[in-house]
Amino acid sequence: MTAASSPPLLVVGAGIAGITTALEAAEAGQEVVLVERAASVGGRVLRNHQYFPKLCPPACGMEINVRRLERNPRIRVLTQARLEGAERAGATSWRVSVRQGPEHVTAACTACGDCSKVCPALVADPVNLGLSEVPAIRIPFLDAWPRRYVIDRAACPAGCQRCADVCKAGAVALDAQERREELEVSAVVLATGWTPYPIDKLPELGGGVLADVIANVHMERLAAPSGPTGGKIARPSDGRVPRRVAFVQCAGSRDVKHLPYCSAVCCLASLKQALYVRAQQPDAAVTVYYIDRRAPGLNESMLANAAAAGVQLVKGKVGGVRQGPDGSLILRVEDVEAERVLEAEADLVVLATGMVPSLGDVPLPVRRDVDGFALDDAAARVFTAGTARRPEDVAASTRDATGAAAKALCAARSS
Amino acid sequence: MERIGVFLCTGCDIGASLETGALAALAKGRGAVHFAAHACLCSQEGVASLRATAEGGAVDALVIAACSGRHKQPEFTFDPARVAVERVGLREQVAWSHPSGHEDTQMLAEDLLRMGITRAAKVRLPQRAADHVERTVLVVGGGLAGLQAAQAAAGLDHPVVLVEKTAELGGYLSRLTDLVPAAPPYDRLEPSPLPALVSAIRGDPRIRVLTGTRIARISGQPGQFVIEVERGDAREQFNAGAIVQATGALPYDAARLSHLGYGQLRNVITTGELDLSLARRDLARVPGGKPPRRILFVQCAGSRDDSHLPYCSNECCGATLRQVLAIHQGWPGVECAVIYRDLRTPGQLEHFYRAVQEQTRVMLARGTVASVTGHGGTLQVSVRDSSLGEQVELEADLVVLATGMVPNAADGEAIRALRDAKRRIEKNESETQRKAAEETAASLARHEGTEILNLTYRQGPDLPALAHGFPNSHFICFPYETRRTGIYAAGAVRGPMDAAQAAEDGWGAAMKASQVISAAGRGEAVHPRAADIGVADFFLQRCTQCKRCTEECPFGTLDEDEKGTPQYNPLRCRRCGICLGACPERIVSYPDYSVDAIAGMIKAIEVPEEDEEKPRILALLCENDALPALDDAALGRAAWNPWVRVISVRCLGAVNIVWIADALSRGIDGVLLVGCKRGSDYQCHYIQGSELAHKRLENVQETLTRLSLEPERVRVVELARNELPRIPAIFDEYAEALAALGPNPLKGF
Repeated sequence: MTAASSPPLLVVGAGIAGITTALEAAEAGQEVVLVERAASVGGRVLRNHQYFPKLCPPACGMEINVRRLERNPRIRVLTQARLEGAERAGATSWRVSVRQGPEHVTAACTACGDCSKVCPALVADPVNLGLSEVPAIRIPFLDAWPRRYVIDRAACPAGCQRCADVCKAGAVALDAQERREELEVSAVVLATGWTPYPIDKLPELGGGVLADVIANVHMERLAAPSGPTGGKIARPSDGRVPRRVAFVQCAGSRDVKHLPYCSAVCCLASLKQALYVRAQQPDAAVTVYYIDRRAPGLNESMLANAAAAGVQLVKGKVGGVRQGPDGSLILRVEDVEAERVLEAEADLVVLATGMVPSLGDVPLPVRRDVDGFALDDAAARVFTAGTARRPEDVAASTRDATGAAAKALCAARSS
Repeated sequence: MERIGVFLCTGCDIGASLETGALAALAKGRGAVHFAAHACLCSQEGVASLRATAEGGAVDALVIAACSGRHKQPEFTFDPARVAVERVGLREQVAWSHPSGHEDTQMLAEDLLRMGITRAAKVRLPQRAADHVERTVLVVGGGLAGLQAAQAAAGLDHPVVLVEKTAELGGYLSRLTDLVPAAPPYDRLEPSPLPALVSAIRGDPRIRVLTGTRIARISGQPGQFVIEVERGDAREQFNAGAIVQATGALPYDAARLSHLGYGQLRNVITTGELDLSLARRDLARVPGGKPPRRILFVQCAGSRDDSHLPYCSNECCGATLRQVLAIHQGWPGVECAVIYRDLRTPGQLEHFYRAVQEQTRVMLARGTVASVTGHGGTLQVSVRDSSLGEQVELEADLVVLATGMVPNAADGEAIRALRDAKRRIEKNESETQRKAAEETAASLARHEGTEILNLTYRQGPDLPALAHGFPNSHFICFPYETRRTGIYAAGAVRGPMDAAQAAEDGWGAAMKASQVISAAGRGEAVHPRAADIGVADFFLQRCTQCKRCTEECPFGTLDEDEKGTPQYNPLRCRRCGICLGACPERIVSYPDYSVDAIAGMIKAIEVPEEDEEKPRILALLCENDALPALDDAALGRAAWNPWVRVISVRCLGAVNIVWIADALSRGIDGVLLVGCKRGSDYQCHYIQGSELAHKRLENVQETLTRLSLEPERVRVVELARNELPRIPAIFDEYAEALAALGPNPLKGF
């Protein structure tokens, strides 16, 4: 079969889109190299508590995907790895150079946790978006894959090697160096994902100014059993359970001063999060302020679910959030069509911030659209999948990522 | 297996928690031909010693008593066709979750090791059964999704046959020259990709296009489908390896929207009818009539409405904006107004929405249209809850209803039920039976003659419908999956979507089709047990033709002969084990998962006498979610009840109730089943496994009551993959409930 003899497909980014592209291609017989910058695969979806509309945990599908990855002899997964350079190798392939590591915790790690217990340094937990602290050496999350610890070397006190001393498996390599590798690949799929629109660009909404104004991505961590509060939704300022929660839609999206496009997932994410709040406190006042309730397709059921759970939806653009008395927050809501302005109080405000494409430092000539999202380039054999390509939800990402595998393989076979 | 080697890892607190000498003696006592303990079995030396023993031929099965099977997978993986591997998770299930050195901890470890050795003795090695496969992909439906799937499959080196029932390719989109933008700058109409795609397909020697053709019959299995097509009086047969169903959607029947004037007022039309007018460049309703001055578009006409379509049809907002722009450009004097509930232009379609607002004189107003009335010329449109006021009346010369989409799919299970009912009516065995069958037939009458694929499958001729008639599996993580292996849905038949999304679907479904053919050629299962080479074995001499397996397989794997004996199609099989769970005669086995092997594990649990006051609980955990959650809980050092003995099962649906009977008759105090969520938002990876398990266990509980055993001796709990904190409580609460019941009265018999 042509697939086996052609050079591997390179997939950059091992979030849900990249994993999907890699698996769908490899299970069809294609050799694949999957390169991931972080120490474990899964990307942003694993920071979500649940997916809409089924309210199911992302780890459920990821468990299957990891099993597929682990058992597939045609996929090589390189974690803690970045593309460093890429050049065309003839008309039909790319030669890329990958920088991996330094791998301070090796594959010998048994995930026993002895190292974490003796680690004297604490760092902000990137998985919890800095809402909690973890030892400098730790497992990124319990179901991290590869199943091993990771160390934030920059946080180590000078000369400390307690973790290395205590590790019975000899898996800690504090002096590990980066490795470089050259690969010839037949096509590239970029699945580098997204970053949240920075909340501190929305100071008028209290973003980055008021402690109890958080972004939707923070809310996911607050609701997750693996999150900083063990799944209890609480106010960052005082740890109190909020009685009134307000969701501000289009915070930075559909706004020519910020992101001119609609980020496609925020309405559904907020409806889902509103359900998290009501599930924990059935009598909490939960209000979603929206311009349009965008729950397309079968996701429409989320609106009915939210209504059944007593979530209030109010048409109006939130123009400002300020501190009120006794720790409360006051929202100014403008309903342009009805020509009215109203004020509302809340204990916790969640800004539904949007998606910014994340192409990082990929050393490839990537064509981008007006909003910075990556475009397919069949002539260059560079394809895109997931939210690096357009703002979309997980179901659309997996759909498109499967298609991206086909596009890349077709291009690789067209020579 | 005959020669079992037991390898005990004493690292990761296992050695410190347990008396390993006793474990060694136990292994020898259970007939292991080899026993070795290693301080770190996953180290290079440890793995080398394992490999030397396995590859030297001294053993044919390895029992690795170390960490859970989800850890150190690369180190402890061997060729499954040459050596059986049984992982006993002493680290997670004993050392990390129970107090070190305690008598109960030791008993738990010994039980688990006994169970592992017993299982290793009872499994067989699977043999890779690679078979001849046909590489052709059949695409059903010549709309955009089908065309794109055909082109993609051809690009993936597959011969393609594209079957379209009408005389032309293109489907609904044929009437459109321009579409909403899918490429930058996203602010203007784009030429439809359809004409170029149609001519590329027509000119592609790898693709055979059969228009005016219907599918008469499909039999076989992935890699080996036999397709019969019918074109007029001509019939033709060919083979295919996989099928893409891209039969699209139909507009919602506007005749049901009489409150909006459709069918009564001739200047109330649908989006589709306006598209035809725009294609003719004639906006007038009747030839020679005057073009309208004011057009009003009614969004969600039949969508987002529980008495019509409860879902959003996804593309109507974009379609209306497209029509508004086309009218603005072609008929600049015509005023347009759009009444919407929410304007849905997700993602970068927002640019287009903004551009239409800026370029045209369209009036966009939020509201709900209550009625459309009028006679002859002007129409009165009554709008409620609008941004214009609570109740306003608007006038228009033409009203366009943005009707939604309904999947153009047949419900295979409903058709099967209809056919069964008709057969019962014909048989007329009793008055009551006939009447019941007539009622069933009447309620299913709308499915009459709707067949599309005409599968010869026992469970019906088409894909089973899931939510709202779409045959999609509704997995967020795993698109294109249907309940028939090797048949993938693409485009609007899978869910409401626009043209650009349908084209993406075509690519993706082609990838899945290519993949299933590739996997069939390697003799491997596809998602979710990808790479599994074991197939089921049916010991048919003992089959009683009860048909439970053939009816319950979620993937329609089994057909029946005329007597009702199951006919297994291994390439349709997903290895979920639901047939094994269904079979009252226990005749279904996989090489590495059988009734006998699990029953053996249950028998290997030592049940202390009643006066020892050490109850025993058997916990059957789904390998996909509950068991991984248990592993992770242990990694976080959760502690749980020491009476529980865990066995991993492929799915709750793969639990044979004889195991429950075995456990209870041996004096085990209770059986706990922990699996995935069922219902419409199911998390079961086999769609129906959890649902079936619940039904079967209700019957078990009735039986228990008849045997004077408390139904609470069996409990089913749903656990999501991320709910690890609940695990200790689930075990403890069940232990308490059983304590309240007192010991199993069968203990000691």
